[in-house]
Amino acid sequence: MALLALAGVTRSVRLPDASVLEILRGVDLEVEVGDHVSVVGRSGSGKTTLLNLLGLLDSPTHGTIHFEDRLVSKLSSGARDRARGADIGFIFQQFNLLPGRTALENVMTPLLYATGRQFWKRTSIAGEMLERVGLSERMSSMPEKLSGGEQQRVAIARALVRGPRLILADEPTGALDIETGATIMKLLDDVAETSGAALITITHDANVAALARRHYRLDHGTLTPVDINRMLSLAVPEVTL
Amino acid sequence: MRRFFTGIVGAVVEARAELRIHRTRVLLSLIGVAVAITALTTVVGLGAIAQQSTLESMERGGGRAATLSAYTYSATGAAIDSATLSAAVETIKERYAISYSSTNGNVTMGIQFADGVAQVNTQLVDVDFATMHRFQVTDGSWFQSGDANRMAPALIVNEAFWQRIGSPDLRTHPTVTITGTYPTTGVIIGIGSQYQGDPSPSAIMLTDAYVAVAGDGQFAQQPPSYEFWVPEEVAEPLTTAIQRDLTAAVGDGASVSVNRNDYAGYGGEDPLLPVKLIVTGVAVLILFLGALSLVNISLVTVRQRIREIGIRRSFGASAGRVFFAVMMESVVGTFAAGVIGVFLAVLIVENPTVQELIAQGAADLPPFPIEAALIGLGAATAVGALAGLLPALVAVRVKVIDAIRY
Repeated sequence: MALLALAGVTRSVRLPDASVLEILRGVDLEVEVGDHVSVVGRSGSGKTTLLNLLGLLDSPTHGTIHFEDRLVSKLSSGARDRARGADIGFIFQQFNLLPGRTALENVMTPLLYATGRQFWKRTSIAGEMLERVGLSERMSSMPEKLSGGEQQRVAIARALVRGPRLILADEPTGALDIETGATIMKLLDDVAETSGAALITITHDANVAALARRHYRLDHGTLTPVDINRMLSLAVPEVTL
Repeated sequence: MRRFFTGIVGAVVEARAELRIHRTRVLLSLIGVAVAITALTTVVGLGAIAQQSTLESMERGGGRAATLSAYTYSATGAAIDSATLSAAVETIKERYAISYSSTNGNVTMGIQFADGVAQVNTQLVDVDFATMHRFQVTDGSWFQSGDANRMAPALIVNEAFWQRIGSPDLRTHPTVTITGTYPTTGVIIGIGSQYQGDPSPSAIMLTDAYVAVAGDGQFAQQPPSYEFWVPEEVAEPLTTAIQRDLTAAVGDGASVSVNRNDYAGYGGEDPLLPVKLIVTGVAVLILFLGALSLVNISLVTVRQRIREIGIRRSFGASAGRVFFAVMMESVVGTFAAGVIGVFLAVLIVENPTVQELIAQGAADLPPFPIEAALIGLGAATAVGALAGLLPALVAVRVKVIDAIRY
């Protein structure tokens, strides 16, 4: 059974002039446990909307989203929030570390929404996670004292600290240089593989997308499988946006 | 239950961290709230004192609520038998269990001063009068029940009287001569007057003492009036009952009028309403200004909070949890500011100098009004909720990914 399955997912919004704008059209996607999927697309192609749906931040207009055997597209807002906290980890382009908090406190943040051992042992769990991403020496550092690569490592540790089964990486290397980006992607891939989590990378960078095992292209709301190597060799402008 | 408990603790941890991180902003905004609450609570507290002062001023004139005044008039010109009247009053006091009453009158007595005899307005009262009218002597003491039997009647004189006899020390028991057919020596036991600042000499004397000295001939044409201090809830039926009893006692040749003279019996609008309205208006204005500044600061920082809350939402914070945390952060902060504000207000209101300035001689200064403290704390909490509500609502309604990408 797929970890995540989108079937015929459509997302549309009503514009002020009463017309309907379809952002996503009949999206089908299955993601297995431990899978690594990339989605490329230019600005306005619907990447953010897809991310919202994958991250259970929004509900589709039509179609279904199953997380394992649960029909999450029909869950209440509160249940979706809990499912997101427990099973999904987010990594953002701009790292989005909380200012004024140390690396350790940032990694502890998701554990504040956990229960039981994860909540009460949050300091030690967050410390262990930072060790896993090689930042055991920088636990007390504020985000502004960390390099871009270190900040993204903290963000990765934060995304993984609750042991999610799905990691959503939104332009994870967008704010990093090529070398650091490659290192971060390798780390992300390794950590995801070790923890058995599925990884979905949403990016406009075909080189980052190429690191995934399966590749999709989102164009005008339609998601289609794509041969990323062929696209890279053709250097089509829209995949290196 | 486990989720609820960790949710509460988690929200506290979040709020604490948030207050620590944004301490400068929080401190600045809370100083504004604390100042507003201090002002609000102080105004309400001082308002209570001012109200008490106004109340006492009214009670000094018309008596405490409810004071019933009974007047008798001769309908035919024939004298009203004061002994009958007096006996009827005693019966009334006994029948209706009236504990405080006073037989009042106004007479003129000749007093021998160093520069000659002067006619002095003299107020005749009973011992209970001081309690009923909140009368206080500025020096010496009020009458005791046995003073009516003194051979040398006790007198309480006003400032002008006292100065005219050379401002003697009351401990020396200064005396004056009351002129008349049978000149009598009066002993001054206290200084005070119902009418502050009266430039003419005046005196107060017990009615019984006056009758003993001058006889009741004075009352033949102008009978004394009677005052009864009764519980407010029975004032109306007692007015009717006393009127009926006195009318029966004096007979057909006289008419009796019994009515309320105290401020609460005026009817119509509450005489203290203007004071209350002014105090409430000022308090609300102050609170509004305090709330406005806090809401202003909250709205300025809402953008920053939206991003942070978006991040938290992406990690599983529910809308309710975010709402609760943001609200609690604000409410706890303003409540703490409220406690400080109320504490400062108590220090101000209970300050003797401030009290003296506001009370204007009020005798029964009220303790710091508990409702002022509650209003202060309630207002602080409400302001915190209001100021927290706007950013919380905005943050909860925003699209999470949009907030993060902002």
